[in-house]
Amino acid sequence: MALVEVNDLWVTFKSDGKDVPAVKGASFNIEKGETLALVGESGSGKSVTALSILQLLPYPLARHPEGSIKIDGTEVVGRPQKEMRKFRGNSVSMIFQEPMTSLNPLHTIEKQINETLLVHKGMSKKAASARVRELLELVGLDAIDERLNAYPHQLSGGQRQRVMIAMALANEPELLIADEPTTALDVTIQAQILELLADLQKRLGMAILLITHDLGIVRKMAKNVCVMTDGEIVEANTAEEIFLRPRHEYTRMLLDAEPKGLPIRKNAAVPDITSCRNLKVYFPIKKGLLRRTVDHVRAVDDITLHVKQGHTVGIVGESGSGKSTLGFALLRLISSEGEIMFDGKAIQDKRWSELRSLRSQMQIVFQDPYSSLSPRLSVGQIIEEGLIVHEGRGSRLERRDRISDVLKEVGIPPEAQDRYPHEFSGGQRQRIAIARALILKPKFIVLDEPTSALDMSVQAQIVNLLRDLQNRHNLTYLFISHDLKVVRAMADSVIVMQRGKIVEQGPATEIFDNPATDYTKALMKAAFDLEAATPGVVSS
Amino acid sequence: MALSAINRRRLNNFKANRRGYWSMIFFVTLFIISLFAELIANDKPLVVSFDDQLYFPFLIAYPETAFGGDFETEADYRDPFVADLINEKGWQVWPLIRYSYTTINYNLTSPAPSPPDAENWLGTDDQGRDVLARVIYGYRISVAFGLILTILSSIIGVAAGAVQGYFGGWVDLIFQRLLEIWGGMPSLYILIILAALIEPSFLILLFLLLLFSWPSLVGVVRAEFLRSRNFDYVRAARALGVRDSVIMFKHLLPNSMVSALTFLPFILTGSIVSLTSLDFLGLGLPPGSPSLGELLAQGKANLQAPWLGITAFLTLSIMLTLAFFMQEGIRDAFDPRKTFQ
Repeated sequence: MALVEVNDLWVTFKSDGKDVPAVKGASFNIEKGETLALVGESGSGKSVTALSILQLLPYPLARHPEGSIKIDGTEVVGRPQKEMRKFRGNSVSMIFQEPMTSLNPLHTIEKQINETLLVHKGMSKKAASARVRELLELVGLDAIDERLNAYPHQLSGGQRQRVMIAMALANEPELLIADEPTTALDVTIQAQILELLADLQKRLGMAILLITHDLGIVRKMAKNVCVMTDGEIVEANTAEEIFLRPRHEYTRMLLDAEPKGLPIRKNAAVPDITSCRNLKVYFPIKKGLLRRTVDHVRAVDDITLHVKQGHTVGIVGESGSGKSTLGFALLRLISSEGEIMFDGKAIQDKRWSELRSLRSQMQIVFQDPYSSLSPRLSVGQIIEEGLIVHEGRGSRLERRDRISDVLKEVGIPPEAQDRYPHEFSGGQRQRIAIARALILKPKFIVLDEPTSALDMSVQAQIVNLLRDLQNRHNLTYLFISHDLKVVRAMADSVIVMQRGKIVEQGPATEIFDNPATDYTKALMKAAFDLEAATPGVVSS
Repeated sequence: MALSAINRRRLNNFKANRRGYWSMIFFVTLFIISLFAELIANDKPLVVSFDDQLYFPFLIAYPETAFGGDFETEADYRDPFVADLINEKGWQVWPLIRYSYTTINYNLTSPAPSPPDAENWLGTDDQGRDVLARVIYGYRISVAFGLILTILSSIIGVAAGAVQGYFGGWVDLIFQRLLEIWGGMPSLYILIILAALIEPSFLILLFLLLLFSWPSLVGVVRAEFLRSRNFDYVRAARALGVRDSVIMFKHLLPNSMVSALTFLPFILTGSIVSLTSLDFLGLGLPPGSPSLGELLAQGKANLQAPWLGITAFLTLSIMLTLAFFMQEGIRDAFDPRKTFQ
């Protein structure tokens, strides 16, 4: 008997009085001790399927018109919430995507973990405390003595995810549901967490239901795979078969979707569009009663770089290495020290009002397309804002025409300008954000992790779009990313940053073929092979 | 104008909350009716026909001589002598209640305050004035005062909160300290002292209460602005070179309106109650004004005439309850996380 048997599961959500199906007849089994991966793009119903196993959906808004889910032979569909509690966190537990919001910010690490021990096992405080230490050792958290009384905000993303895993393991579950466990993390941390999960599974013999959009992770972790799209499982097979002989066209599409290709070779003898010399951004650390500045966080520490016209410079590094800060400083969106040149003019000392006319030529695209578009403006209003600032209101018709043109260029139907951002998917929103940057015909665009928040298949489309636009308009990009796969597809030259400093720089081909430092090697291994580096090279 | 999807959703949500919806209908209807109080409760006829000529006494003051009387002063239409003069050569149409809020009934059958009877439906107060007429005028003045005060303090509060939240840093720090000092003032005492120095009128009271009611919104709006000023869409607007004032108006204000709206019911009911309490203490509107607080005070002073206290209590509680339910409904309709089933 399988550990979990899901049979013809349907899930519907009530919306405007109608029942909208989110999962349409999914069936799969999870055997003891094995890993099953549920793969699909966002909105495919994979998380909803996983949540129904623990009956964690917002009932009665959500309903199961049909289907059965059996955990260890016990039917759980329709079971009252009170009885479900004996499964949750006990024989089945779960880890979530966002480690920041899944931990209670007001509880110490110890309290987060021993809660389930006290609730489910009725352990004494002393026994629970010993068990917490054991669990934290198991998940490889260092300096446990200090961390026990720390609060979530004092830990890094990777450390928080380790604590989440320790919480989930507290009662030795037979099944661990991991819902996009590494999507919010850096590639280097992702590799470490995946390694940890694989190791724990081997040691504890638990089953894992892994939910992800990234086939790279599936290849590394899973024995069996279910591919989901639009609420249906379109292909289920062993991982080997799926990768060797994908049968469904959607699976083939997913396999094809990784960002590929190389940037087109460009003429090296062109002038710089922007450059900086000895650029520094320091954030003061204030302490004591009088809030005196005792030290600085050196987010960008003495960086000199040149970006040639029409080229793409990739900036890579872990989170916290100062990549985004460098990008903001180059556009003078935050204050910095050092010389900044743009299009032959020194702009460091220009006042905000003097800079305004230059702003049309330098633009930025952000990582998260959900927070970068104002939710209360229509797409047209969002895009026209720059036009109004720089070219005045003009006639309404002419403005609409230009918005239509730029929308067409990024692959969004022009009628979309009268709709609101929430009606679009993540990839479409990112296209709208690119259109906003593009409408002013800028020379230079800072792309701050423009693909990191997107599904793998959408990432490839955005990369292609960006390359396309670059060729057509001779755009210059500063491409910031922690994911070297995407950078390889985009960048002519690469700068590797660590703790605010440049550790390595040069033409992209050189860096990718012969990385000189351990740090760059670790980044590459994590991105291309999902393998963790030896401890100490990258942060944990 | 076509409603956008989100506004249609809000309207539907509001209608789905039946308590809030019906409260709004009652509250607004009562307010509109009270706006035309002169047509309902007045001591002058609406229309007089005299010598085949039409007169509108509730709008225009006519001397008694116009109707063949003796005095040059405005006609007293309640005087049986004047009524006889008019009825001889024409007719007159009276409002439903033949008393204005200042009219004193000199023909009481029992000493004032007299109990409810066919002539004075809710009785008279201790000066022989019709209670129902005073309640109608009092309702109008209370609601109007509450609404105006709410709107003005929202505008000031939102603007102050927006500036603080958007610029942050020293601006915020100094402003917050000033607000704390201001908030620490015993506002009722200061109002009482000021009311003793200046002869209070509607506008002066409005100004005095405004001094102390605007800070209630500042905190909410400031928090919203602080939160969202670092959002990427604000950064993107800055990268486009958009001016600070435009960013505040176009990007940040709409997003902080929902939380500001949450506070409005309390400000409105609070404003009405503070006017009533000042009136109750005798420090509010000038003597003779129709005021629910004054009626309440009379009820307290004349416990042998329970219709005074009961009328004032019922009027106030119904008005405040309706206002609160109405705004609760509006607030919930704007809450994106609220689901109605």
